[in-house]
Amino acid sequence: MKIILPIILVAVTAGLMVLAVFGVGQASGGVATGTVMPGFSGPAKADTPEGAATNFLTEVQRRNWGRAYAALSKTSAVDQQSFTQEWTGSNGGLRTFSSLEKFDVRPMHATDADADMRVRLRWTTPVGPVEEVRDFHLNHEADGWKIVWHKMQLPSVPAQVVPVTYLRWDLVSGGSDDEWGSHNVDAPRVRIISMNAVDSAEGSVVMGEVVNEDTVPAFVNVNATLVDAAGNAIDDESSFDKIAHVLLPKQVSPYRVDFPKISLKNVKNVRMDVKVTLVPASADPVIGVMNQKLDPDAQGKTVLRGELLNQSGQTVNIPHVIASFYDNTGKVVWVADGYVDRALLPQSSEPFAVEIPKALAGKVQNFHVLVNQYSLEKS
Amino acid sequence: MRTGWLICVLWVVCLAGLGAAQELRVPASVSAGEEATISTTGSGKATFYLLGPGVANKSEVSLGGEIHLRSQDLRSAGDYLAIVCGETCRSSSFYVTAAQPAGLTFLVHPSRVPAGLGEAITGVALPFDQFHNLVPDPVVVNFQLTAGNASLLSRAVRTQNGVAWFRTNSGKSAGKLEVVATLGTVSASRAVQQVAADPCNLRIKGQRTPKGIVVETDPVRDCSGNPVPDGTIVTFSAAGADGRSTVDAPIKQGVARAQIEASGPQVISVASGVVMGNELRVGGQP
Repeated sequence: MKIILPIILVAVTAGLMVLAVFGVGQASGGVATGTVMPGFSGPAKADTPEGAATNFLTEVQRRNWGRAYAALSKTSAVDQQSFTQEWTGSNGGLRTFSSLEKFDVRPMHATDADADMRVRLRWTTPVGPVEEVRDFHLNHEADGWKIVWHKMQLPSVPAQVVPVTYLRWDLVSGGSDDEWGSHNVDAPRVRIISMNAVDSAEGSVVMGEVVNEDTVPAFVNVNATLVDAAGNAIDDESSFDKIAHVLLPKQVSPYRVDFPKISLKNVKNVRMDVKVTLVPASADPVIGVMNQKLDPDAQGKTVLRGELLNQSGQTVNIPHVIASFYDNTGKVVWVADGYVDRALLPQSSEPFAVEIPKALAGKVQNFHVLVNQYSLEKS
Repeated sequence: MRTGWLICVLWVVCLAGLGAAQELRVPASVSAGEEATISTTGSGKATFYLLGPGVANKSEVSLGGEIHLRSQDLRSAGDYLAIVCGETCRSSSFYVTAAQPAGLTFLVHPSRVPAGLGEAITGVALPFDQFHNLVPDPVVVNFQLTAGNASLLSRAVRTQNGVAWFRTNSGKSAGKLEVVATLGTVSASRAVQQVAADPCNLRIKGQRTPKGIVVETDPVRDCSGNPVPDGTIVTFSAAGADGRSTVDAPIKQGVARAQIEASGPQVISVASGVVMGNELRVGGQP
């Protein structure tokens, strides 16, 4: 008995090691699989394009960049450093704070020689989960299926001096011993210029636009309370990140307040409340939104695409796009937002896309895009 | 709470002592912060109580003489109750009025106001004496509004129940508006920032450059000709075959400027807040 038990343990351990080494790549679909001992051997040989893509993404998920790079086709025109940077992000962009939570691989087209896979990536980020859809092209080479990787063109900003007429507002508050009423500075005048409440698949949504009518910057938050027929409050929520909180003079921002799992059928009234505070602010950087277009994406969904162009000399680490969509009467029918996962370097541009619900896509006649920005230097 | 109980107990004691020998004679009128005397009749020792806003004193007095009330005990305006208890208790009340105005509390709203707006500025002045008692007697407060060297308003207003107020239009010019309330030798000054109203006749011009289209506004002014402050956001929108481009640009040195990257013919429009400007048509790149 004393001898049998160690023999069984050794046998099971050896079996598991063999399974770990040779068993990789057999899974398909969205289940992440990988090696038990990273670095013990080279990339697993994949017999199917799904398996190759899954193995590749598993290595990416584990940040085994050498093994992931080894899964690329020889025809890929990318060096390992550029490839790694594409996945890890740079310049304090959103991707640098993100990790690949899970993925899903679906075949689109396959022959004996090549295949196309559509992968859906789900990233965990500081601003919540972000989904990304990519198409992979794979070639069947001598040592198995390999992914053809195209080098992403990352903006290269030459050394330069960008002259900026710097403009900011500072706030001077009075001392505690001042006479009452002698140094009062009013909060900025901010007004809701439109409001619309709709039912969506997730619940009720209250949205619209708010304008800073004053000559000083304002920190704005929009709150909404749903009230039933008896006058009781059903729920109250704030616009959270679906608004540009710092509004410069005469700036208009969309806002959206979500009420998950509440149907508008139960709502009699909506009470709106705008909280406004005077804050110090800067008028820079200026970000242009170029070539905005409504297009169907690869999955057939309607998205608003465009490019953000940083016209100033400072890096915007996490650009945030908020768009309001109008129908033919000028009413706001939807507000959508999205984060750009790469930093927006000075004088360079980055693409963005925000999705519109399928049911509303036909109604949209016009749109307005606002860029909210987070810079590490400011925070 | 304790003072309330004390008053109740003393009232009961006083009522029980009605018809007793000693008498109290309180002053008809006392001004806050002044000394006063209360004369008594009778003889012997008694206990004197003074109850009023912010004061509750107890002292031993001799009946038949005068009770001296110190000025620091009569600083708060309001009703006071004097009680003398010897063999029996007697009480009498008197009123302390506010002293002469020695200060003005002056509230002006708003601190920023668009130029040329009707009934936009309000001011409220409340006279107080040196002990911070509101002076309810009618007094005349002079309000003066001056912008630069020009006087916008000069008005004498009599207080009602201790309050004088005014409401007026903002001036036509942006800049500091000084608002002064004067009462005798006392005055209080406040500043209101008159700012440009919404932009008026917002106009843009543009030209094509190798990198796209540079578009800029004429100097942005309101309908009274005041320059709209730097930092005000002006939105440029360009619509063409490639889609639409927008830039939210702040006014700097009176002018908002943006660069739009587009190669084809574009229709460019401009807006600031809820104010629209002209449209500009720019041809495609040659």
